[in-house]
Amino acid sequence: MTGSPLIEVEDLRIDLDDGSRRVPAAEGVSFRIDRGETFGLVGESGCGKSITALALIGLLGSPLSIGGGVIRFEGRQIQNLSAARQRELRGNRIAMIFQEPMTALNPVSPVGRQIAEMFVLHKGKSWREANQLAVEALASVRVPAPERRVKDYPHQLSGGMRQRVMIAIALACGPDLLIADEPTTALDVTVQAEIIELMRNLCAERGTAILMISHDLGLVANVCRRVAVMYAGRIVEERGSADIFRAPSHPYTQGLVDSLPRLGSRAALGRSRLKEIAGVVPAITNFPDGCRFNPRCAQATDICRTTAPQTDGLEAGGFVRCHHHA
Amino acid sequence: MKLRANLVIGGSLFALAILVGLLAPWLAHTDPVMDANLMNAEEPPSWTWWFGTDGQGRDIYSRVLYGARVSLTVGIVSQLINSVIGVALGLSAGYFGGWWDDFVNALTNLMLAIPSLIFALAIMAVLGPGLTSLLIALGLTNWSFTCRLARASALSLRSQGYVQAATVLGYGDLRIMITQLLPNMLGPIVVIGTLGMGSAVLSEAALSFLGLGVRPPFPSWGSMLSEARDQITTAPWLSMFPGLAIFLTVLGLNLLGDGLRDILDPQSRSRRT
Repeated sequence: MTGSPLIEVEDLRIDLDDGSRRVPAAEGVSFRIDRGETFGLVGESGCGKSITALALIGLLGSPLSIGGGVIRFEGRQIQNLSAARQRELRGNRIAMIFQEPMTALNPVSPVGRQIAEMFVLHKGKSWREANQLAVEALASVRVPAPERRVKDYPHQLSGGMRQRVMIAIALACGPDLLIADEPTTALDVTVQAEIIELMRNLCAERGTAILMISHDLGLVANVCRRVAVMYAGRIVEERGSADIFRAPSHPYTQGLVDSLPRLGSRAALGRSRLKEIAGVVPAITNFPDGCRFNPRCAQATDICRTTAPQTDGLEAGGFVRCHHHA
Repeated sequence: MKLRANLVIGGSLFALAILVGLLAPWLAHTDPVMDANLMNAEEPPSWTWWFGTDGQGRDIYSRVLYGARVSLTVGIVSQLINSVIGVALGLSAGYFGGWWDDFVNALTNLMLAIPSLIFALAIMAVLGPGLTSLLIALGLTNWSFTCRLARASALSLRSQGYVQAATVLGYGDLRIMITQLLPNMLGPIVVIGTLGMGSAVLSEAALSFLGLGVRPPFPSWGSMLSEARDQITTAPWLSMFPGLAIFLTVLGLNLLGDGLRDILDPQSRSRRT
């Protein structure tokens, strides 16, 4: 890792205000993403991965708020910027694509106009130039016959096409960071592969860093160079994506990797149940003391129930948050 | 095809009404005010007097033509004022929420609690009678439904994916309201607007009847209708023709509203093609 990171999150805490008190929905979240790097944030529903992304882009709304920590973009703190300065970053330097391409486009506006608006808004182009650029942008996401498609309304496009349009909008202004929040969850597997490939290629061409948020370990490992696994509001392990599959260190990550179905496993091992992690995710208002994974962890000992583990650097790079890590 | 019929019929009725108002000086047979002649009083409709004459011998046909000017001006202008006020307040209230929403809500409740005609009367009493004060009075008193509608739409649209996406893409509040929220709520707003034009035409009639609108002897459909009230059994044509004019205009506006709603919604537009 050379030079200064593109974005750096240090000890971020996100509070949930449930009316009477504030409970941390995420805490101690630290990571850095270099220019052009691909970084994955994995975890199950409610573990805090999406709100972390929203915090980065400055869009945490009530009842959530940033309770502490620092977010730096190109070395500058961004969590306290004025609304106008944050708007300049959004879309222009940091862009985001969403899970639901069905609802993320304005239904009463042709898609070309929606792409063109980005050039008008952030690059000060005239509408005429912007419309031309919109055609090029559509062509770059491999939409066939872009000069005709720009006039289409979102409902005339398929889910995969819409997600392509979303990518075109997000990458329109050449952002430095693209946050992809479960970008392919709503799509077919085959379309998913195409979209991921497209996103990865475009970002690699332009040197755009990707923060990919997903619950799909396989997908993230495929796309990202480094992966962080979140559990109950904390990052429990951060590794190179190859390492995390080969030798997961945290018991939770081990559980996740073990519970992945593998092609051909029945032939090799005979008919067996898919492995699972015992127990359920603790409620946000009722996190256990000590390590938050301890009620579900087979290796838990007394120290796990009383003391929260600190992050422990690993030889191969990355860290793990466990008292007993392998 | 049925959808298009709405638009065509409604549009032509409304266009006809506007045309009639604009071309009144050329289409009218007599001057609507000056050509009173008691010798011709209360003539029933005939080839000479197409719509009959009133108690002072004035040609009803000519008066209906000229009446279109007042009625349509009031209907269109006052409803435009209402729509602008209603959308601006409702949209911003629904989008921003918080104290501004509470304030707008209280104001809307206040407006709904006071009968709008009474409120318009009060404004007229301060401003004095006349067309301008009529426009102001009706324009300031009937925005609450539009406001409610705009607020409700804004509330539900605000949580739509594309509105959040616009925020993420760096759109400002004003841009989001104008490019994302407004076009998506325009359908119902336009429909309510055309309905409102119809009721503004009727309110004008009521206020003119009370002597606060357009002063006699200048004709408006409403004032003609109310003047004709006493002779409804002896000379029904006095109320029939202005009534018919109001009916056709309001019908045209409602059909137009329906048709507009259909073409403003891109999904129904492509279904048809």
